[in-house]
Amino acid sequence: MRRGILAAALGLGLSAVLAGPAMTEQSQWGPYQVGDVRSGYTYAAGETRDMQDDDFVNPAMLWVDSGAELWETVDGAAGKSCASCHGDAAESMAEAGTKFPVYFEPSGKMMNLEQRINFCRTENMKADAFKWEGQELLRLTTFVRNQSRGKPMNVKIDGPAAPFYAKGKEFYETRRGQLDMACSSCHVDNAGNMLRANLLSQGMSNGFPTYRLKWQGVGSLHRRFRGCNKQVRAQPYDYGSEEYVNLELYLADRARSLPVEAPAVRN
Amino acid sequence: MAKSKPRIKLPAKAAKGEIIQIKTLISHKMESGQRKDKKTGEKIPRQIINKFVCTFKGKEVFSADWHGAISANPYMSFYTVATESGAYEFTWTDDDGSVYSKSAKIAVS
Repeated sequence: MRRGILAAALGLGLSAVLAGPAMTEQSQWGPYQVGDVRSGYTYAAGETRDMQDDDFVNPAMLWVDSGAELWETVDGAAGKSCASCHGDAAESMAEAGTKFPVYFEPSGKMMNLEQRINFCRTENMKADAFKWEGQELLRLTTFVRNQSRGKPMNVKIDGPAAPFYAKGKEFYETRRGQLDMACSSCHVDNAGNMLRANLLSQGMSNGFPTYRLKWQGVGSLHRRFRGCNKQVRAQPYDYGSEEYVNLELYLADRARSLPVEAPAVRN
Repeated sequence: MAKSKPRIKLPAKAAKGEIIQIKTLISHKMESGQRKDKKTGEKIPRQIINKFVCTFKGKEVFSADWHGAISANPYMSFYTVATESGAYEFTWTDDDGSVYSKSAKIAVS
């Protein structure tokens, strides 16, 4: 069966090459490709895609389940849970996964979903902020973003967000590190090519937080950023740093119209 | 790590003699024993689930010994024949001696 899928994929790939660009537009990838924009799903191995497709097999659903419990858990001096204000997440958070990062007026900066959750915790619940990349924050973020699964990425980049978008784009295109490589060196110039044993994707952010087989767990987009930065032997920025949030904004726009896949499974 | 949580999926109903698929998933870090603590350089001791057993009315239906190189959050799926209504009992045994268990019912007609 697997071999069948592979053969089919190869066959389609070949016919796409023969028929030229018109054929790639109507690809076999369904919602996972919009125009030339391809989700990381389309670069993943068949076995990995199978894991993501079945909610039972997808181990990241464990994070979604425990995130749902956290959603209902009362914490902090105000005696509130997420649900006290936001009620049913399926309704109130239906768009949340598509629109972050958003411009946050009090700070005059962009704010991503993790920061929004922690803002709610410290300001409204009077509870301690969750630690970045700690399991609680990952669970809750995965749960919230999962509510928007299947909805197209739709981040705002005009108005007050515009200068931050420009900074994110600049970060993306700036060469850095000992290897002197920009994000775009791999994910634009070489998407679809091999980097040693790895197939380079377009680096789309619509599946995060993602269950990575290499991590044996769920990780945030900023963890991925840090990994990429280290691989080009650059000094990584901190989790939740302004640089990374701006970059997140730029990536969200690159992935525009792709469906939110969180939690995706990748190798 | 939080306490391990198992998930079970099997059909709620089945005809007598029907072959059914049972899917199981459990959250567990499956620490291999090969890794070192980055700060101290000490080896992190192995802690994995070493045994998985499924029983039906006291009789073993399926079991597996797990060793190193089983991934975190292990998924296990297998087939069995539905013979009568009842509950399947699933147990996972940890290296530290703790046992995680869950049961799932099936109605056979």
